[in-house]
Amino acid sequence: MTDTAFDRPPGDPSMPAESEERESAGVLVYTIGLLLAVGLTATSFWVANTGLLWGPGVPLGLVVLAVAQMGIHLVFFLHITTGPDNTNNVLALAFGILTVILVVVGSLWIMADLNHNMMPRPELMNLHMQH
Amino acid sequence: MNIAVALSDVPPELAASEAGPAPKRVVVAYGFWIFLLSDIVMFATLFAAYAVLARATDGGPNGVQLFSQTSVAVETACLLASSYTCGLMSLAVKSRRHLGTYFGAFVTFALGLAFLALELREFADMIVRGDGPQRSAFLSAFFTLVGCHGLHVTAGLVWLVVMMVQVVLRGFHPTVQRRLACFSLFWHALDIVWVWLFTVVYLMGVRA
Repeated sequence: MTDTAFDRPPGDPSMPAESEERESAGVLVYTIGLLLAVGLTATSFWVANTGLLWGPGVPLGLVVLAVAQMGIHLVFFLHITTGPDNTNNVLALAFGILTVILVVVGSLWIMADLNHNMMPRPELMNLHMQH
Repeated sequence: MNIAVALSDVPPELAASEAGPAPKRVVVAYGFWIFLLSDIVMFATLFAAYAVLARATDGGPNGVQLFSQTSVAVETACLLASSYTCGLMSLAVKSRRHLGTYFGAFVTFALGLAFLALELREFADMIVRGDGPQRSAFLSAFFTLVGCHGLHVTAGLVWLVVMMVQVVLRGFHPTVQRRLACFSLFWHALDIVWVWLFTVVYLMGVRA
């Protein structure tokens, strides 16, 4: 029985029929993923510690590196692909990412705005302290 | 359509509406994928709380004074390597090799335990110095976020031991294989959370 008519579950690599071949192909995929992830991690640590880069740009660079590494993990370790048998997995992931972005960016935006607008002037601060 | 079937030897792929229910393997892994995504949304709320409170140190220590990059680098290496060995273990499970499965599980467990030991030592050092979660809003958020990830790793280690007992007792039964597939999804997802942890908490923290 084959599963060709069905979606591929997440974490399930696409495998050639031959058993020997698929074993070594699977190892190769994980090894490539590991090497890429190690490279990106090392770059992140370097970026955070070097004085060569423009300071204010470093946090953005770190976020970009983390996004890249998340992509590596998703593709090489969780085997999320763009294939038609992966549509459900990708859609669920996209909704998850949307929710994460809304929660994190929304919180940061609202709280930064709040800090900016509600910063009490010194005399107000004193009034506040009397109560 | 029937004529086409008669003419060609290759049976056509069934339409989705005719294929019947998906195999349990697919349904279980997809359900677990949904759970993982909701778990990641929960982590996102903790990340948001941490990011908002990261500067609320109340005169206490900040990240620059608290975090050791060497320790974080070793923890990252442990978790990344354990993710790799977990992948190798799932390959061994697929081809039903007992020895490969036990070995992969053992290395994964050992690396996970090393990660946890380093993290606990870091926590203990901070609490002994009086920089526990009650010190400032920053430290409350820090211990909640990093501790929650640590709890997930602990749960993963317990799960791995339980799964190895099941492999010993029941062999590569389809149920056991499905559970092992879910475990490796869980373990890889924890590594993704850790990527954001070391980026946001530790690397951005030591520069602030």
